[in-house]
Amino acid sequence: MMDYDRILSEKCKEIKPSGIRKFFDIANSMEGVISLGVGEPDFATPWSIRSKAIDTLQKGKTVYTANAGLLELRVAISKYLERKYNLKYDPKEDIIITVGGSEAIDLCIRAVVDPGDEVLVVEPSFVCYKPIVDLMHGVPVVIETKPEDNFKLTAEALREKITDKTKLLILPFPNNPTGAILTRPELEAIAEVLRGTNILVLTDEIYSELTYQGKHVSIAEIDGMQERTLYVNGFSKAFAMTGWRLGYVAGPQPLVSQMLKIHQYAIMCSPTVSQYAAIEALENCDKDVQAMVREYDMRRRYIVNAFNELGLDCFEPGGAFYVFPCIKSTGLTSQQFCEDLLYKHKVAVVPGDAFGNCGEGYIRVSYAYSLQHLKTAVEYIGEYLDDLKKNNG
Amino acid sequence: MDNILKLLKQNARLSNKEIASMTGLTEEAVAAKIKEYESSGVIKGYSAILDDDLADKDNVTCFIAVKVTPTAEFGFDAIAKKILSYKEVESLTLMSGAFDLAVTISGTNYKEIALFVAQRLSTIEGVVSTSTHFFLKRYKDKGFMINADDKDERSFVSP
Ligand SMILES: Cc1ncc(COP(=O)(O)O)c(C=O)c1O
Repeated sequence: MMDYDRILSEKCKEIKPSGIRKFFDIANSMEGVISLGVGEPDFATPWSIRSKAIDTLQKGKTVYTANAGLLELRVAISKYLERKYNLKYDPKEDIIITVGGSEAIDLCIRAVVDPGDEVLVVEPSFVCYKPIVDLMHGVPVVIETKPEDNFKLTAEALREKITDKTKLLILPFPNNPTGAILTRPELEAIAEVLRGTNILVLTDEIYSELTYQGKHVSIAEIDGMQERTLYVNGFSKAFAMTGWRLGYVAGPQPLVSQMLKIHQYAIMCSPTVSQYAAIEALENCDKDVQAMVREYDMRRRYIVNAFNELGLDCFEPGGAFYVFPCIKSTGLTSQQFCEDLLYKHKVAVVPGDAFGNCGEGYIRVSYAYSLQHLKTAVEYIGEYLDDLKKNNG
Repeated sequence: MDNILKLLKQNARLSNKEIASMTGLTEEAVAAKIKEYESSGVIKGYSAILDDDLADKDNVTCFIAVKVTPTAEFGFDAIAKKILSYKEVESLTLMSGAFDLAVTISGTNYKEIALFVAQRLSTIEGVVSTSTHFFLKRYKDKGFMINADDKDERSFVSP
């Protein structure tokens, strides 16, 4: 008999299963669940993008592209970054088209982390950063963001965690799960801490288009930061293209050229049809994005208000499509609250601690749903909270 | 279109308070704006979107394409006015193209509608021809799915 335990690497075995998995399994086994649990848009990809993909297929453009991706798409990305943030990237040297922002994040971490290197991970945040650092035998060093700071990374918190082993800061704003964003002055303060160092920033700006309080600012725009920044973005959230699996990384050529080796051997190239379609997304879909943002914004305002009225404190997020209400007043842990809510009132939300220990006491609620759906779910959550009060009183 | 109107088109039962929270206006401002829309005639009324087949088994709806020849003293508006005075008429629109007036009518059975067309509609002065089309199955109405599967393909929970 095979001893699989001895086959599996220690590093792989050590990876903790995602805190989300359990809720997925429970929700999936139940009938009539109302979910507020997803991390992807409810919109279909804008029609012109789909149409471009169909056209690409009809023309039989179904072969590999260059490893770094279609040059035409890299040119479109470099123009987009210039148009949005006045950033200049050479499409031939500085950009790799990846399989989602996910692969871009993986590439960045794998290209720079040696065993023992410390990587600063801001939490609460998206679930993939720490496990990848672990796989590289790096040391994730968590920086907790706090509700009193509106879940922003502060310069002081950053400075405290820097040691001579610090190699990389992962900066995840606009943030999943809190919806926090960083303004230009806040980014300036962070840049001030980093400029004199040899610390690299991996900025995950996958929600950059989905901001509701002024224009998104990239850390790479701040003086002296572009040379120390790997910029990650993708098409999943802004253009409602999660299933197309397309993202990209832009950064200094000496890093990107090395990262390209990993991408070349692990992936070869990103999906060709998606790449052609993505050109359309960047060049002709500003209006579609604006319409989606307007819709998200209305829902965001609705849901923040609704939770505050239910008595669950909810800070007003400036980006992404999540709210992160505090459930400490119920006396339950995040896991208890979410399980109870799911079993008793059939609403699925994600426990905050799935995004880091400091997410304990919070739940992540996605508003990538129709207003009607949100209203129904809020009503059910209200009933659940009333039941809790009755049972406690 | 104004955000208040957009929201009301999606769901006319939103409270002023909810609309206020979504648009960033005060509740009073929303109330005043809606009043203004009502009195100026932008908002004509509020009604529910029903699956008529489920709401009322004895319901037949049809669409009638009406061709007319307007005359100097009896123009499109005059003919339209005549038609819309019948309570059976649910909607009436002047169209460009192969016919002139689009009429939708509801009744309790096919015969009732056929009689309406024969006795009331075709006899109106200026009406040249009618062609009646019965609704068999509605899939979508005013943006709402009626008999269509609008299933959310996303999994319940994802990071
Ligand atoms: C913060 C963040 N980064 C990256 C991703 C990965 O997205 P994708 O691989 O679809 O581009 C997600 C997806 O949920 C995310 O929330």
